[in-house]
Amino acid sequence: MSNYEITVECCLLAGRLMIEGGAETYRAEDTMERMARSQHLIGSQSFVMPTGIMFSGNNNAPTRLMRVNTRVTDLEKVAMVNSISRRLVNQELTIEEAYDELRKIETEHKTFPFWLQIIAAGITSGAFLLLLGFDILNLPAAMVIGALGYVIATLLEVKTRVKFFAEFFAALIIGIAAYSAVYLGFGSNLDGLIIGSVIPLVPGLLITNAVRDLMAGHFVSGLSKGAEAFLTAFAIGAGVALVLSF
Amino acid sequence: MDYLVEAVLSFLAAVAFGVLFNAPRRMLIHCGVVGTVGWLVFSISRSQTDDQVVATFLGAFTIALLSHIFARRRKMPMILFSVTGIIVLVPGSSAYNAMRHVVEQDYLTAIELGTRALLISGAIAMGLVFAEIIMQIYSKVYGRLTKKKKTDALVNIEDTRQL
Repeated sequence: MSNYEITVECCLLAGRLMIEGGAETYRAEDTMERMARSQHLIGSQSFVMPTGIMFSGNNNAPTRLMRVNTRVTDLEKVAMVNSISRRLVNQELTIEEAYDELRKIETEHKTFPFWLQIIAAGITSGAFLLLLGFDILNLPAAMVIGALGYVIATLLEVKTRVKFFAEFFAALIIGIAAYSAVYLGFGSNLDGLIIGSVIPLVPGLLITNAVRDLMAGHFVSGLSKGAEAFLTAFAIGAGVALVLSF
Repeated sequence: MDYLVEAVLSFLAAVAFGVLFNAPRRMLIHCGVVGTVGWLVFSISRSQTDDQVVATFLGAFTIALLSHIFARRRKMPMILFSVTGIIVLVPGSSAYNAMRHVVEQDYLTAIELGTRALLISGAIAMGLVFAEIIMQIYSKVYGRLTKKKKTDALVNIEDTRQL
């Protein structure tokens, strides 16, 4: 590959990894343009959306397009790509080395083990229940139900590929489980159990990113992320509401 | 509730969210600190002003400001620290209660609670935006006061924009 091709390839890969990890749109665009400028590609343009990236290196070469298919929340990925781009701009890395490192992130990157995530989901549910001032008697049930809801949401999303359905179904199960827990005497407060247990499903990153994107002037990304956050919240609400209506 | 207990709980919650969102291991403590400070500001101002919207704004503002400071110090993206802290401020119980009243066909109460949830979400957004603007003004003023000689123009932009 020529130097130009590898630079464009590198920028596209960095942008895609960032969007996949859940970075803001402006950060992805900014990173790509910085990397291009550090390789003396003057006047490069990038346009990033949550579902795809367009990048043009200069006026003579064709514009490249890259599709983004999966978006999860993986903050470490964003931080790693960010640090590679910094090192490239500060000339601590050559463009080939940067490309190799980015490929390494793409193939070898690891998240926390799933059992630890389940425990973390339980802890967030329990802590949130207590922070909102509900009775400590509900703590064990909230932790178990919160962890259960997270497991169901994650597994269903992998199996069905429809995020909103996974969240709806997880919220439904949380509602049923909370109702049963109160009925069987493991908890005293249905509201507290449900509010605490759905908190691991709340789209926090989307809300934050939607606001930051809108403020940075990326209206397409900001609005679509806002819509995704709203639909997620709506799916959770509908799942719980279905249980409450009986 | 005792503020010490709340501090421990919000720290745990923020660190656990860091695990769920796969934050870098070395940064988990920072996430926890941001979450704790944000919650304490929220909790104290809620008990002082008795207005949850104002308290949420102050909490979100503190979280975003602290995240910007950590991001600058550690040369990491800002969202890393803010996301885990913001989540505990999300108006979960207002939204839940609004929905429960919709199900019970008590629409007037539902609208009241729903409006509150919407206002609290707006307060979170405004807190984030205000902190961002203050950091931009600060970096502009700071950059003008200390006109350091930079060999590369790129490095200069790097400092001011990539938070």
